[in-house]
Amino acid sequence: MLILAIDTSAVASAALVSDDALEGIVGSFSTEDTRSHAEVLAPGIEALLADADVTGADIDAIVVGVGPGPFTGLRSGIATARTLAFAWDKPLHGLMSLDAVALEVAESTEAPTEFLVATDARRKEVYWARYTLQEGQLPKLVDGPHVGSAADLPDLPAYGAGAGLYSDVLRADPDFSSEQPDALYLGQFALARLASGEQLPDSTPLYLRESDAQVPGPRKRAL
Amino acid sequence: MNRSQPLVLGIESSCDETGVGIVRGTDLLTNTVSSSMDEHVRFGGVIPEIASRAHLDAFVPTLQAALAEARVTLADIDAIAVTSGPGLAGALMVGVCAAKALAVATGKPLYAINHLVAHVGVGLLDARPGNALPAIALPENLGALLVSGGHTEILRIRSITDDVELLGSTIDDAAGEAYDKVARILGLGYPGGPAIDRIAREGNAKAIRFPRGLTQPKYMGTAEEPGRHRYDWSFSGLKTAVARCVEQFEAKGETVPVADIAAAFQEAVVDVITAKAVLACREHGLTNVLLGGGVAANSRLRQLTEQRCSAAGIRLHVPPLDLCTDNGAMVAALGAQLVMAGTEPSGIRFAPDSSMPVTTVSAPAAEPARSA
Ligand SMILES: [Zn+2]
Repeated sequence: MLILAIDTSAVASAALVSDDALEGIVGSFSTEDTRSHAEVLAPGIEALLADADVTGADIDAIVVGVGPGPFTGLRSGIATARTLAFAWDKPLHGLMSLDAVALEVAESTEAPTEFLVATDARRKEVYWARYTLQEGQLPKLVDGPHVGSAADLPDLPAYGAGAGLYSDVLRADPDFSSEQPDALYLGQFALARLASGEQLPDSTPLYLRESDAQVPGPRKRAL
Repeated sequence: MNRSQPLVLGIESSCDETGVGIVRGTDLLTNTVSSSMDEHVRFGGVIPEIASRAHLDAFVPTLQAALAEARVTLADIDAIAVTSGPGLAGALMVGVCAAKALAVATGKPLYAINHLVAHVGVGLLDARPGNALPAIALPENLGALLVSGGHTEILRIRSITDDVELLGSTIDDAAGEAYDKVARILGLGYPGGPAIDRIAREGNAKAIRFPRGLTQPKYMGTAEEPGRHRYDWSFSGLKTAVARCVEQFEAKGETVPVADIAAAFQEAVVDVITAKAVLACREHGLTNVLLGGGVAANSRLRQLTEQRCSAAGIRLHVPPLDLCTDNGAMVAALGAQLVMAGTEPSGIRFAPDSSMPVTTVSAPAAEPARSA
């Protein structure tokens, strides 16, 4: 099974993963930048397909990170994934973006049995979720995702760029203190869950915050 | 690619309408629009984040409906066109990402198009009742007056594909925005344009005299030595004047004459828009004017524009209203003109530009980004 995975919840990334390939990876790219998704994502995907000599017809499913993440960036990946899935007539699945970091943690040698993943939510807040881990299994989401102040998070080891940003109040793992959700891990997570017969969620974005819009109050009358 | 009658799919997402239009040359096959306007009503204006969320959910269904109505498939399409600016940054992003994904999926050329020029390009679609512009070629000496919730401009079009000039524009609020704000002051609801237009008919436009922005000699100058804002508009002072007027009635404990204020406000807007537009046309030898944008629906604006244009010997062209408001057909129409003119596509590396100048009809292809 060949999956195209896309995530723009923080940086822009895409990956081709397959259960036939060595370590499952056919190809991947990610940017450092969190603000130029609209420019880099489509050319990145185009190059990814060309380098792997793959066309839309070869892809079995598309997986997209549904956040949480800054809205405009997050939407660029979901808009891309939805449109590709429509144009190629392929199934589309959504995965919570923090799962990507959780899988990366799970694959490291010193993964604890319970931990947090946090990314930058701007406005002095983090997006976060809590996972548990059992030997030989995928990380299990037990709480979240939420958005909130880093100081209010449970006292657990914390991974990801959000943890690194607030290492004064979080037990940030230095090896993961700038880690962002990456489509490569998201794709592998999806592949593993689909292989075990799980149904994956749809591509509805997890904004977690309302738009800033205020309903205007009645106009003050002059005295 | 078919360059004489190209099948072009156009995508629009610069404000609160998600539009997908398909044209074959100058033939309109579909103009499918999904609007999030209802979601903005309780806020009294377009909320960018709400519009962007709506674009994301509306895009694929709108595309699907457009393809079905035009009875074509993505494989049939010769080129894709998308509004790249000007507009709301987050809203533009959705349409641009979707358009790029379509280009990647289908391998079709992509044109990143200027929204304002597309409002003019829509005038080139033929076989529409009431659409007075001739097919294929725009008339000589053409100007365009664009009035909407997002923009107020007067343009000169020497060539729809590569020579468009901004003669004047609003320096603050768009005319439609002023209508929304004043409707809120008068308690008339959203969108303000139709509400004010309706109640203004019952009012006396001469009951109150509101200021016409940027009409003092220091801004106007003369034809020979034009002032800095000879063809520009400003509506924020007008909005303040309306608010102050309402407050004065309230302070005196009198009933606010809503219909009179609405009529006088509308007259101030429409008077200064048409006066300056006609002036710009006369002084630039423009003998044809296309009226575009959602405020083209305003009855008083149409009436006074017609009256003043005909007095000045200018022919006025008003596309059907569903093509005046933001839509994908206008983007497809301009895209088809670019294909027919042999313009190079924009590729998939361009960035949407919320303040794209009218001199850029379509974005040039960007160099590959330096690898990090
Ligand atoms: Zn417009």
